[in-house]
Amino acid sequence: MEALFFNIDNGFMEGVVRGYKSGILTQNQYANLAQCETLEDFRTQLSATDYGGFLANEPLPLSTSTIQDKATQILVDQFNYLRSNAVEPLNKFLEYITYSYMIDNIILLITGTLHERDTHELLERCHPLGVFDSMPALCVATTVEELYQSVLVETPLAPYFRDCLSANDLDDLNIEIIRNTVYKAYLEDFYHFCTSLGQPTTDVMQRILAFEADRRTVNITINSFNTELSKEQRAKLFPTIGRLWPEGNNQLAKADEIDQVRAACENVSEYRTFFTDVQSGGHTNGNGNLDELAAATQLEDRFFRMEVFLNKQAFLQQFQYGVFFSYIKLKEQEIRNITWIAECIAQDAKDRIQDFIPIF
Amino acid sequence: MGLKSYYSYGLSSFLVIVIALYLLFTGSGEAFNVGRFLEESSPYAWGATGIGLCIGLSVGGAGWGIFVTGASILGGGVRAPRITTKNLISIIFCEVVAIYGVIIGIVYSAKLTAVTEDVLYTPENYYTGFALFWGGLTVGACNLLCGVSVGITGSTAAIADASDPDLFVKILVVEVFGSILGLFGLIVGLLMVGNAGDFTAAAGIASTTAKAVVSPYVM
Repeated sequence: MEALFFNIDNGFMEGVVRGYKSGILTQNQYANLAQCETLEDFRTQLSATDYGGFLANEPLPLSTSTIQDKATQILVDQFNYLRSNAVEPLNKFLEYITYSYMIDNIILLITGTLHERDTHELLERCHPLGVFDSMPALCVATTVEELYQSVLVETPLAPYFRDCLSANDLDDLNIEIIRNTVYKAYLEDFYHFCTSLGQPTTDVMQRILAFEADRRTVNITINSFNTELSKEQRAKLFPTIGRLWPEGNNQLAKADEIDQVRAACENVSEYRTFFTDVQSGGHTNGNGNLDELAAATQLEDRFFRMEVFLNKQAFLQQFQYGVFFSYIKLKEQEIRNITWIAECIAQDAKDRIQDFIPIF
Repeated sequence: MGLKSYYSYGLSSFLVIVIALYLLFTGSGEAFNVGRFLEESSPYAWGATGIGLCIGLSVGGAGWGIFVTGASILGGGVRAPRITTKNLISIIFCEVVAIYGVIIGIVYSAKLTAVTEDVLYTPENYYTGFALFWGGLTVGACNLLCGVSVGITGSTAAIADASDPDLFVKILVVEVFGSILGLFGLIVGLLMVGNAGDFTAAAGIASTTAKAVVSPYVM
């Protein structure tokens, strides 16, 4: 039935976003990019793709951060175009996408202020998708209560922060707890919003958000090993959605080492492969830490691959809102890939240049 | 939602029951007489309603299809302008559905000839009226669904063509089969009125008996 009415408001937007999606770099183009010897070659190769002459006016010693900034700017422009043309409920849906960037920006600012970094430098590092008006005021806050009352109460994120007002002093651990509590609230809210949009949006988005929730759960668990975070606190940070919830989450809340995480994830067949040859970090020999680090990066890599896979699947279904979310996520991954390749070229680390995650 | 459905279902069925019981207990249960309704309503009313439904539903289906397809072609055409000319064929397929409705509407309206009321109510004229009504409804419903189906397939064709030009012909085949559905309605609609003649005046003696039975409740 969705096909009868979806195009009234969103047919044009869907066509546009699918057009954008055709511009995402392919395997061939990545292969060409990886052949480049200098960043100038890299720029020439990129100008043959959908990016066009986006670096044409840059002064010559190109830095990777310029490339990243400019690429992000293209994404932001496209997003703003979509957003200015969207009507309800797509408008709301796109707004939800920006919330995750806003959360990241807020945490970045609070952490930066805690370590007494320069405010302007911090503001420049914020993701442009998550910018909001009262952001600079975040730098003056010293307690969560103050933060909430002065700034956050007028942002759409206010309901998410309400749960973590009890934490009084801002230190590194508390900020991390705030970030995860807020993100949990955001994910659950977004999940329920997507459910209210009806099929097939629900179907597509729930699959992606469930994975996102599971990924956060596993990451929180692994990162909280050997820290002062108590197990009860840890359990409170897990999103109550996702395929691991509730049984897997319960197991993860009690886990002490990576083998137990693996056992908890065994129940979901798609997640089983994540841990197949990740070395267990339980070794007590001298390079135990190094093993755990390698395992974590490998795991992170597989999570990204899974995310890309799920987002690609969203494009197989027409007449639903999931494509907008998926496009932003895929483009973000592409920017990470480009930055990685550029970084490898700049630092002459050709052996690791293939470690990006191809999309199409 | 709950309150709305409560009022829409509960209130209307309550009113229907009250009116039916009132008529029944006041000795006028005969007012609900389907046979009398069919006999008393003018065959012209049936015929004209049929033609109206035929053209109206067909154009509705075509319009629906065109906006579903058109929105996607516009959107897809932003990044892939080459699809706009090729995908006009989807719009034409939708348009054809409206043309089916027009053709049948013209064929049907040829049967509406002027006959005075006192010689109108003959079995042949009843037949023509009912045939036009149900034929028109058949063609209209067929074309409405056909237009929607072609429109949705056309929208998919535009999106698929924008991302991979090879897919266009393949999806076009699906679309062609969808557009044939309307043709089925057209054929059946023609067959249904095949045996119905034009409206004709009753001849001789029959003219006195061919008057409508006048209901005491309708007047």
